[in-house]
Amino acid sequence: MTNNNINTNQSSQKSTGNGMTVIVKTIARFIAGFIFLYGCYIILHGHLTPGGGFAGGVILSASFILLVLAFGAVEIRERSSYFFASIFESIGGLMFLFIALLGLLTGTFFFTNLLAKGTPLKILSAGIIPLANIAIGIKVGAGLLSIFLALAATHYLMKE
Amino acid sequence: MIELYLLSIAMLAAAIVAIEIKDLLAAAVAMGIVGFSVAIMFILVQAPDLAIVQIVVEILTVVFFAAAILKTTHTDTTIGKGIQTEAIFPVITFFIFGTLFILLTIYGIRALPPFGSPIMKVASHYIEYGLAQTGASNIVSAIILDYRGYDTFGEAVVLFTSVLGVVTIMRVKGRI
Repeated sequence: MTNNNINTNQSSQKSTGNGMTVIVKTIARFIAGFIFLYGCYIILHGHLTPGGGFAGGVILSASFILLVLAFGAVEIRERSSYFFASIFESIGGLMFLFIALLGLLTGTFFFTNLLAKGTPLKILSAGIIPLANIAIGIKVGAGLLSIFLALAATHYLMKE
Repeated sequence: MIELYLLSIAMLAAAIVAIEIKDLLAAAVAMGIVGFSVAIMFILVQAPDLAIVQIVVEILTVVFFAAAILKTTHTDTTIGKGIQTEAIFPVITFFIFGTLFILLTIYGIRALPPFGSPIMKVASHYIEYGLAQTGASNIVSAIILDYRGYDTFGEAVVLFTSVLGVVTIMRVKGRI
């Protein structure tokens, strides 16, 4: 990034909060969907290939953080996505707890692998492991996004 | 194994650069070099799960640092002033504990089993029966979400608590 680019970025954010230059915006708009898709792939194939809930969740949050950084901080959009990130964080945590408690509800122990094991190397296999991966992915992605938005929203506090 | 030693030397050099350089953006880049070297090390010792997490977290960390630096200041004002008088006691304490740590580490490394031959019975049970008992072909997922699910749940609770702490400290409502 050249010095010129940084200066224009800083001056435009001070005045209107419009984010970075049009080049960065175009590329970010194009590439964020692919990053999101890759995160979904990492989560859904967590029981077959390297990766899993945590890595996929961080990639999901990275796609949103890329958009926020490129398009600048617009207050209304940031507050609404902050609200949804907190809700999804709680939903992911409760899903994981519920999957763990299913074992107790059916009369066995905590974290029993209740469902059918299936054939290895198929996408529908390994019982509760894919479900737990999805829960952790939602939880980690929303959690990191809400941390980022909480840190990014502090300059509204400074202004007030 | 020679690649691991070369990477360690590169990481040491990058860490010293990160501490000593005056431009904070360059320091953030040097910190990124350390993190990506750790990721390459994970790949070399065949731990791709950890490598993916390390790469993504490192990218996010460098982006956070770069965003913070671009919005505030580029220069580190604490460099080049030498050691202040009130910092002498912490520096001496650091050297004493550092020497102790290195001596005990040498003692401990001698007692380790050779690379790739664990002494734990539990790990070999997981490797032998993991696929048959859980049906997951990724052994890491099988261990962290089936055999050791309780530990993973504790980790999720820790992450939830830290997010709760950040959101509480940085809250907008009810502050003013």
